[in-house]
Amino acid sequence: MPEPLLEVRDLSVHFPTDDGLVKAVDGISFALAPGETLGVVGESGSGKSVSFLTVMGLITEEQAQIEGEIVFQGQDLLKLPVEEMRNVRGARISMIFQDPMTSLHPYYKVGAQISEAIRTHQKISKQEAREQAVEMLRRVGIPRPDERADQYPHEFSGGMRQRAMIGMALSLNPDLLIADEPTTALDVTVQAQILDLIDRLKQEFNAAVVIITHDLGVVAEHCDHIQVMYAGKIIEAGDRNDIYYKAHHPYTWGLLSSIPRLDESGAHERLNPIRGLPPSLIFVPPGCAFHPRCPHVFDKCRAEIPALLPADGHHASACHLALEDKERIFQEAVMARR
Amino acid sequence: MSVQVNERPEEDSQVEREPLVRLRGVRKLFPITRGILFQKHIGDVRAVDGVDLEVHKGETVGLVGETGCGKSTLARVVMRLYDATEGTIEFEGRDITHLKGRDLRELRRDMQMIFQDPFASLNPRKTVGSIIGEPFRLHGTVPRNRIKPEVQQLMERVGLNPEHYNRYPHEFSGGQRQRIGVARSVALRPKLIVCDEPVSALDVSIQAQILNLLEDLQEEFNLTYLFIAHDLSVVKHVSDRVAVMYLGKIVEMATGPTLYKNPKHPYTGALLSAVPIADPDLAAKKKRIILEGDVPSPIDPPSGCRFHPRCPNAQFPKCKEEDPILEPHHPGQVAACHYPLEDRAVMESAGTQ
Repeated sequence: MPEPLLEVRDLSVHFPTDDGLVKAVDGISFALAPGETLGVVGESGSGKSVSFLTVMGLITEEQAQIEGEIVFQGQDLLKLPVEEMRNVRGARISMIFQDPMTSLHPYYKVGAQISEAIRTHQKISKQEAREQAVEMLRRVGIPRPDERADQYPHEFSGGMRQRAMIGMALSLNPDLLIADEPTTALDVTVQAQILDLIDRLKQEFNAAVVIITHDLGVVAEHCDHIQVMYAGKIIEAGDRNDIYYKAHHPYTWGLLSSIPRLDESGAHERLNPIRGLPPSLIFVPPGCAFHPRCPHVFDKCRAEIPALLPADGHHASACHLALEDKERIFQEAVMARR
Repeated sequence: MSVQVNERPEEDSQVEREPLVRLRGVRKLFPITRGILFQKHIGDVRAVDGVDLEVHKGETVGLVGETGCGKSTLARVVMRLYDATEGTIEFEGRDITHLKGRDLRELRRDMQMIFQDPFASLNPRKTVGSIIGEPFRLHGTVPRNRIKPEVQQLMERVGLNPEHYNRYPHEFSGGQRQRIGVARSVALRPKLIVCDEPVSALDVSIQAQILNLLEDLQEEFNLTYLFIAHDLSVVKHVSDRVAVMYLGKIVEMATGPTLYKNPKHPYTGALLSAVPIADPDLAAKKKRIILEGDVPSPIDPPSGCRFHPRCPNAQFPKCKEEDPILEPHHPGQVAACHYPLEDRAVMESAGTQ
């Protein structure tokens, strides 16, 4: 087992508000190996973005009550002083966001924004930084990078902007790239291009990648490991095949059955959505947070919070159902529909 | 019994049926002008550039394409929110292309729209009750004192709590807001509902709830849908027939399963191969057709076949010079391509069959 690049231990992020304590992230633990691609899947409000914004140091003690440890390359990021965290962020861990239009500054040329990021961390001349920026634009597949570097973000299409963002994020050769819904705002054809680009650059730069998404389809082709989040907790984690072909948690089953299948034979087939709505993070249901929406609920679920227990070396789920039942129900209810 | 036997063939053959909507040669150009005083016409954005389309009663026609292909403009032309530059729009056999005033308002009772963004399409200063009841007030189809019970009944039907009648849109989640939009659109029992990306802004689990709701309402109220989305898997799921649009034109049209198994236009193939599949093994069997670059500008579209600069199969000079017309392939399938794809060019496995 290689030394993990990132290890999160029992991380909680709670926001105090006038209405009560919002438990956005509530005790999650996971590890990420160097060069690995991790998919983090969940609905809006499941805590997937907040946990990685905290890893990035973008949510701090000033806004939230943070507990636990975030160990990155042997250092606990939560204990780092602000100035040192600034050296980590952008250089060793970088992040791209959903909407490339709001993440790029509209008044500055794209090339200038990338060279600024480089010059923040490296002592090099403006001319050298610009050359590196143009080189990055070329590597992310932007045609005529020399001219494009002198254009403004509004002159780029959505896909081009996201490419530029990726170029900026990778310009300092980080060890970890966090992509928060990188393709949600894009057309499917462009989405495929961007995901392929992330895959290719990951090899080239030898970086670990985290892809945060609400769509299990997006991560099927691109992630080694997947963890599913619900109401601030990781409720299932495993290798790609564990999640798609042996899922153990009713919420994961619900996600898998909610997606319309391209290969279904006729129109007007009914989907099997998860009933109800995600819970409020202030009044999280007692016991298993998913129990009000779960079709397999029984008494224990209402009383006891299930722990994330491993079924084998790499596959774990937080559900009170017996393993035999999980396997049987998954075959009958989810796989049968395929 | 004998009546049923006689009726069946007529019911099944869609050719016999009178289409609810018929578009002929519809164009919508947005002029580009220069100067303030003497606005000189220097070009056009050719958003919709010659579309023929029939939508039959009770069916769902899907419209897919990338951003900027003209699918939303086409929807707004059908709704008469934009005036067509050329061509005719017929609704129930009547030419509505130039309808005005009272006649147009009466027509609006029969066609409604559901919008993409449930945050922007609901007035934040009105209660849910008055938003859903607005069509009744505008068209006077329900007496004033009957509006509230009618609205509450609708709310219940679309899965909202009728007690939330006096709440404001911000108190609802995205999925619930989309239910409000759905309730408003079915309030007048329209014949046609144009759904413009109704589920693109929603989480997958909520998306499935809304898709099921739309299917139920279609059956209950005998609705016809024109369903627009950029996600081929969603469109295929709800539609009887799917039209693929590229740069203002329909390049292929077929039933969902035919489109999935045997796409003929390379652009359809590319769209299909780009759809993420939540099944790693099936995804690995898929052949990828990767498109280079972005959709060209609709101001000055490429000559000949508009797809030729991005097409992996383009052969020159034919594709650059000759604009292909829609030609029949499999039953019910038409595609506009000089060098169409072979059968099963994208998906090797036929999936559930």
